[in-house]
Amino acid sequence: MTDAIVAEGLRKRYGDKAALDGLDLRVARGTVHGVLGPNGAGKTTLVRILSTLLRPDAGRVEVAGHDAVAEAQAVRFRIGLLGQHAALDEGLSGRQNLDMFGRLYHLGARHARVRADELLERFGLADTGRKAVKLYSGGMRRRLDLAASLITEPEVLFLDEPTTGLDPRGRTEVWAAVRSLVGGGTTVLLTTQYLEEADQLADRVSVVDLGRIVADGTPDQLKAVIGGDRIDVVLRDAGQLGAAVALLPLPASEVSVDTDRRLLSAPVTDRMAALSGVVRALEEAGIEAEDVALRRPTLDEVFLHLTGDDRVKEAV
Amino acid sequence: MSTYVLTDSWTMTRRELAHWARQPVQVVVQLAFPVMLLLMFGYLVGGGRGVEGDYVDYLVPGMLALTMAFGLEGTMLAVTQDLNKGVIDRFRSMPMANGAVLVGRSVADMLESAVSLLVMTGVALALGWRAHGGAGGFLGALGLLLLFRFAMLWIGIHLAMVAGKPEVVQAVQILVWPVGFLSNAFATPHSMPGWLGTVIEWNPMSHTATAVRDLFGGQGGEPGHVWPAVLWPLALLAVFLPLAVRRFGALNK
Repeated sequence: MTDAIVAEGLRKRYGDKAALDGLDLRVARGTVHGVLGPNGAGKTTLVRILSTLLRPDAGRVEVAGHDAVAEAQAVRFRIGLLGQHAALDEGLSGRQNLDMFGRLYHLGARHARVRADELLERFGLADTGRKAVKLYSGGMRRRLDLAASLITEPEVLFLDEPTTGLDPRGRTEVWAAVRSLVGGGTTVLLTTQYLEEADQLADRVSVVDLGRIVADGTPDQLKAVIGGDRIDVVLRDAGQLGAAVALLPLPASEVSVDTDRRLLSAPVTDRMAALSGVVRALEEAGIEAEDVALRRPTLDEVFLHLTGDDRVKEAV
Repeated sequence: MSTYVLTDSWTMTRRELAHWARQPVQVVVQLAFPVMLLLMFGYLVGGGRGVEGDYVDYLVPGMLALTMAFGLEGTMLAVTQDLNKGVIDRFRSMPMANGAVLVGRSVADMLESAVSLLVMTGVALALGWRAHGGAGGFLGALGLLLLFRFAMLWIGIHLAMVAGKPEVVQAVQILVWPVGFLSNAFATPHSMPGWLGTVIEWNPMSHTATAVRDLFGGQGGEPGHVWPAVLWPLALLAVFLPLAVRRFGALNK
């Protein structure tokens, strides 16, 4: 089985700045692939190249079995795109938008109309199908945008930060929609700044920084990158965080401190020894703790490690 | 893909027609604005400098030409909005015919301008203005006006593609006024100081207005301006149409 997305040595420059600097990516058919990275890492440039909106300066791109540069039209028949900003005509109703896009996919007038109604129904927009899109809420707009990218039941769907700016409810709605798609065999490439989102949806995750992939794997594999378990200690008094770091039997260079949450966190190797050691040290020093807990690392920590710390980045 | 140029262009034209249907008030305002200018200049300001005879005969062709020139703003605004809303990205990610976005825009804007011309000549007729050049002259005059509008349309698309920001549209909306008024729409160039008169005679819009006056058989028409009124817009089109199309194609750069 061939991959749904193949990118090799992608380069794209804007003036002096390399948005993509030799990026390689493979996404297996029928999977959800998360692309994680900070702002300016090159995520949007990558999606725009894969979805035929941009030509790379160098490199090869194949999407759904076709070259995205030489056979752009063939690719366009097989993809759906949900960009960062709603790509809708605000002056038209939801139904008019979907009808127009259906015609432009050459479904024919009748079929386009039927498809528009189906999608409005499926995304819970049937009641508001006649209202102008500019009167829609953010979540409704996003759902309509998603519906528009699904008109032809694409083989590959690109979602560029699909839930940025949505409230928790809108986010859950979009996640549910994405999950139901994958059940239908669609390949999804999803960019996001929310690690929770990648954790929730993606089978594999690529971490992008400065136009390259700096790490790649399942969410669990990536979490393993920064070692095993961590210990979290929440103090009653944030002022004692400094004292606690100096005192606790933890490697001081690897302890991270979050003053707002009165939290210090560090990797541990021997779970039980670390737990009892920390509790004892706190008691002896008379520092009051609200909570002491062992846990697996979150993708957030992986992300910060990979994109913020050069030493670790080189190791990966 | 090229087999779909016509259907896709029609879909894009329908899109604009749907906008009109959803915003009838805006359409009425747009059509009423040049009519209001016509009434203001015809009755409030009254009498153009250096114009002999009936001023309405002189003014109506000038106002028609000015309306075509002002169409540039509308085109530029619409294209700028599309570019900034991201809807063009969706169009470009779909297997639609390449030129359809721009063809649809052109057809819709030309339709609107044609309607605008009919409304304005209708109002002018009610004011007592008459075309004396016969049906051929009347149609020829409308043809020249629409040709001029077509050139303005592609300048508008090009400017939107180059500038692409609402602030720039605003600047152009203001600049269109002096450029429109530096023509013989309201007054004859003979009444102006020498250099200004020369600028005004060179303004392509002046040629269109003079040729239209001639074809209407009314005040201020001079023979010999039909060719410049054809050639100027064609020259502008020869420059701006390919530039705009190239800009559109270069969105993937």
